[in-house]
Amino acid sequence: MIALVGRDLALAVRAGGGFGLALGFFLIVVTLVPLGMGPDAAVLARIAPGTLWLGALLACLLSLDRLYALDMEDGTLDLLATAPVPLEGVALAKVTAHWITTGLPLTLAGPALGILLSLPGEAAGALAASLALGTPALSAIGGFGAALTVGLKRGGLLLSLLVLPLYVPTLVFGAEATRRAAEGLDPATPLLLLAGVTLGALALLPFAAAAALRMNLR
Amino acid sequence: MLVVEALSVARGGVPLLDGVSFALGAGEALLLRGPNGVGKTTLLRTVAGLQPPLAGAVRVEDDAVALAGHADGVKAQFTVAENLAFWSRIFGGAPVAPALDALGLASLADRPARDLSAGQRRRLGLARLLVTGRPLWLLDEPSVSLDAGSVERLTAMLETHLAGGGAALVSTHLPLGALPSLDLRPFRARLPELP
Repeated sequence: MIALVGRDLALAVRAGGGFGLALGFFLIVVTLVPLGMGPDAAVLARIAPGTLWLGALLACLLSLDRLYALDMEDGTLDLLATAPVPLEGVALAKVTAHWITTGLPLTLAGPALGILLSLPGEAAGALAASLALGTPALSAIGGFGAALTVGLKRGGLLLSLLVLPLYVPTLVFGAEATRRAAEGLDPATPLLLLAGVTLGALALLPFAAAAALRMNLR
Repeated sequence: MLVVEALSVARGGVPLLDGVSFALGAGEALLLRGPNGVGKTTLLRTVAGLQPPLAGAVRVEDDAVALAGHADGVKAQFTVAENLAFWSRIFGGAPVAPALDALGLASLADRPARDLSAGQRRRLGLARLLVTGRPLWLLDEPSVSLDAGSVERLTAMLETHLAGGGAALVSTHLPLGALPSLDLRPFRARLPELP
């Protein structure tokens, strides 16, 4: 499994791997919002938590359709299915590599981009914490969606339709934790719920993803 | 090592083969023959456990199978050696150098796989079998796009594998050495009669 995570990370940083793509997309979305909404700091501060979380969510979605599709096309998935690593382990390794290449950079960049949206300074910590706790769920849920749609040509749109509704709890609790911190309230409750969603997704969805992959390999 | 009993396989819901039975022990190989579309690939994928049989049974030891299909599972961004090293780590760390030598890839070890020709890429896919350390090889038309010298290398590699107690199930249109073969045409599933 470590070999698989290492391979995916190495592929991501090689030419055409798409490392940093999600981060660049996040940056552009977040800089476009003040241009669209006008420079009023009070308005921006109000919408900052939701905007940052929506940006992170869409950035995560961007690289999902390649998660299994490339391995399916070149036959790697067939070979992995007969390898000693169970497919559940393959799914977990894929989710881990996806999080390291997208969720982790988003978490690190989030607080800095909050400044662009006049997010109050005291909310920066809560934003980083909510992204750190929430983005693994985005990768795990997205990995399941990618496994379901891997057999389809041009499955990207269907993938978005499948995955975005499942992102709702993560979005609600993540944005809520940041908003509460921005208003000087205690963000602990939404953060705990967010951690619950993530742990549940990480525990269950690799099994669902492996079952979906087996269906698609037939 | 492998026992196939009254196996029926289907592709996309259409039954292809019906009642195929054979057994392979250590040191034995079987060539599957038949025209395109008869169900050779589907039979190999069923034996590999990638799809369930329609009827009958495949008995094979756990973790015994290494598959080499039409797609070689080669990552274009990696070099030849990196591709093999990845599969070696997945399958438990067999050394890469002997596998490169066996298929004449040693001089290409540091080439990016995207620059390989189709035949070189196929040789890399076959070298992967050696680093898996698995006893039962399932080869799906392994000689496609190989030149005469490479087919000889493949035959030699197969003979060494069999002499070392391995087994192989090979779908091919070429006579590879003097191995026994099974014609799949008599096992064609009868299509349901039209009303």
